Amino acid sequence: MNKRLGTVVSGSLSKGLEVRLDGEASIEDVSVGSYVTIKGEKKYFFGMISDVNLESSDPELTHAIPEAGDPFISSILNGTAAYSTLKVNPHLVISGEAAALLEGPQPVKTIPTHFSPVYLASERDIEIVFGKEDKSKFFIGTPLDMETKICLDLQEFVKRSNGVFGKSGTGKTFFTRLLLIGMLQKSRAANLIFDLHSEYGWSGTSETGGAVKSLKQLFPQEVAVFTLDEESSKRRGVKTDFTVRIGLDEIEPQDIAILKGILNMTDLAVEATYQLQQRYGQSWFSKALELDEDEAKNLNIAASTLQSLKRGLNSLKRHPFLAPQAPESAVQRILSFLEQGRSVILEFGRYRSVDIYVLIANLLSRRIYDRYREMSEEAEAGLRQKPTPLVITIEEAHQFLNPEVSSQTIFGTIAREMRKFNVTLLVIDQRPSGIDEDVMSQLGTKIVFQLDNERDIENVLAGTAGKSELRTVLEKLGPRRQAIIFGHAVMMPIVIKVREFGSKESYRELLPPYDTEKEIEDLWS
Amino acid sequence: MEDSFRIGEVVTSSTSRFTTQCYELYVLPPLGSLIKTREGPNDIFAVVSRAETSSLEPGRRAVVRGQNQESEEEIYTSSPHLEKLLKSEFEAIIVGHRQEEHILRYLPPRPPRIHGFVYLCSAQEVTEFTSSFEFLDLLVNTQLDIPSEELIAACLREISQNVEDKETILIQAGRYLAGILSNDTRRLKSILNRIRL
Repeated sequence: MNKRLGTVVSGSLSKGLEVRLDGEASIEDVSVGSYVTIKGEKKYFFGMISDVNLESSDPELTHAIPEAGDPFISSILNGTAAYSTLKVNPHLVISGEAAALLEGPQPVKTIPTHFSPVYLASERDIEIVFGKEDKSKFFIGTPLDMETKICLDLQEFVKRSNGVFGKSGTGKTFFTRLLLIGMLQKSRAANLIFDLHSEYGWSGTSETGGAVKSLKQLFPQEVAVFTLDEESSKRRGVKTDFTVRIGLDEIEPQDIAILKGILNMTDLAVEATYQLQQRYGQSWFSKALELDEDEAKNLNIAASTLQSLKRGLNSLKRHPFLAPQAPESAVQRILSFLEQGRSVILEFGRYRSVDIYVLIANLLSRRIYDRYREMSEEAEAGLRQKPTPLVITIEEAHQFLNPEVSSQTIFGTIAREMRKFNVTLLVIDQRPSGIDEDVMSQLGTKIVFQLDNERDIENVLAGTAGKSELRTVLEKLGPRRQAIIFGHAVMMPIVIKVREFGSKESYRELLPPYDTEKEIEDLWS
Repeated sequence: MEDSFRIGEVVTSSTSRFTTQCYELYVLPPLGSLIKTREGPNDIFAVVSRAETSSLEPGRRAVVRGQNQESEEEIYTSSPHLEKLLKSEFEAIIVGHRQEEHILRYLPPRPPRIHGFVYLCSAQEVTEFTSSFEFLDLLVNTQLDIPSEELIAACLREISQNVEDKETILIQAGRYLAGILSNDTRRLKSILNRIRL
């Protein structure tokens, strides 16, 4: 039997229900973000507690406070003249409606009658709403105060661009790793991960500092690790599949344009790169570095602009992974893996600076996206099959998607065009306020860990229904591994405690069943 | 069932309250105690709300007699006729009745008859009647010579004498009152302060 909490006393569909807590139930046992069921006259509703209040029936009581600590008086007044109310937002109808019986939970279009009893949701209720693990649903965590599994439909999830936000140390990376594992298993999408901190390829750390296995160790067949910094990978004992070298002739003026701020280049200098490309074609980068003032004058480039240009380009050029010409095209290699449905993780090793990350991620993604667009267009013409869905994971997303550059980077385009060409994004960021609002509103599902900054919270919730209620829940998230998920892939906002990951048992649960004991032993030895 | 103690007879009666004259001088039930009388087949329950001892003849007052007596008791022993000249009466507020085994905690259809016998309720009857506190509504809304909070508190104290777990029954009654008096916590608190253990 579910635990009874109270009775619906007032409310509306738009603002939520007010539930008066029963005399016996203590407000201290109820937490914001918990799930409840409401037994209406005909329908069974499912909702979430978004706020808790203390009320009194007589304003006098707040002036003339009963003698403190008198247990007799307080046991009489608590729950009667001085009572508690819960704010409950009904989200779904889980039974009592034909559609709910046939198709599962339905969004609410009405509210329960006055005095409908409200219960804490049971494990069964939660299972009805969030489903059991199956071929598309992946177990991501549990409700805050229960042990029931909450599953996310990853096939649905990857159809749109999504975001994982939260301040540093809250478990974003940990959760993303879990999500990527889930996607490898359930989504049939290939992943391209720009792994700035080398967390996703071979092994990573949990936010408490322990080491956990990452994708390549768990799925050696499905995952390829590319690296920019072979030595770093070797030192860490990572078996890499390819070392990425970028030819200077592969860099285009647009790549420089988004780095303008980072490279401290003037607008005119950026303008000049386009001019140079027109004049010299692919070899514009090398040519620009050799340009003398006279030649520049011929091109109408002022001396100061040339200086700024050279300084910017030189600071890029000194990175050893840039060569005049790449021995083998990284884009081609990545594409060949992706086309087989395998995922690619690009490790940056010691090159953790933002300029490199932005340059490489943008450069590679743009070419890959172009190829996907061609493939999708060919598929439309019936010349080939649609390409395997691709999810590109980027960290430090505000570097690519801030209002200034989001229209210039490929990621802004992908986020806006949504799934047109079967490419979506998974953006990870700790400062969501830096991300263009326009892009933010295009994200299908958002997973938000604790955030402190007002503007970050504001931007994450912008344009979301029930914003003020979600805000209350969001502000009360724990500092670690607690997140709220809302948007496209979930029927209603969910607050979860991220599942355990890192122990032998957890790896075993995450992997496809192995044929022999031997294989399992090999894996753990 | 334990016999109820017969205490007097109804001398005035109305829909909401009646007055009982006691058989013996000063043998009065305590303020707030539950008593009953009958009207036809129905038991009528009431709560003692006021008591008075005065001269039998209206307008005639008692005079002092004890100037040369050692104790108050001696006044009565030396003048035995006094008991015939004085009467003890009490008023009770009707709080419910019993119709064919059902206890109904609201006013009966007809008031008690004059000379109806009046009994103190037995412990079992008190337990039965106070299994629900709906009768407190009648007490809360009655106009009295004394503040009704006094009466309600006295009634609850009387009821609690009857049970072993006084605290539980007082808390239950208190919570019921808190519901009725939800917009008048000043009154509520003055009752609670009078029943606090």
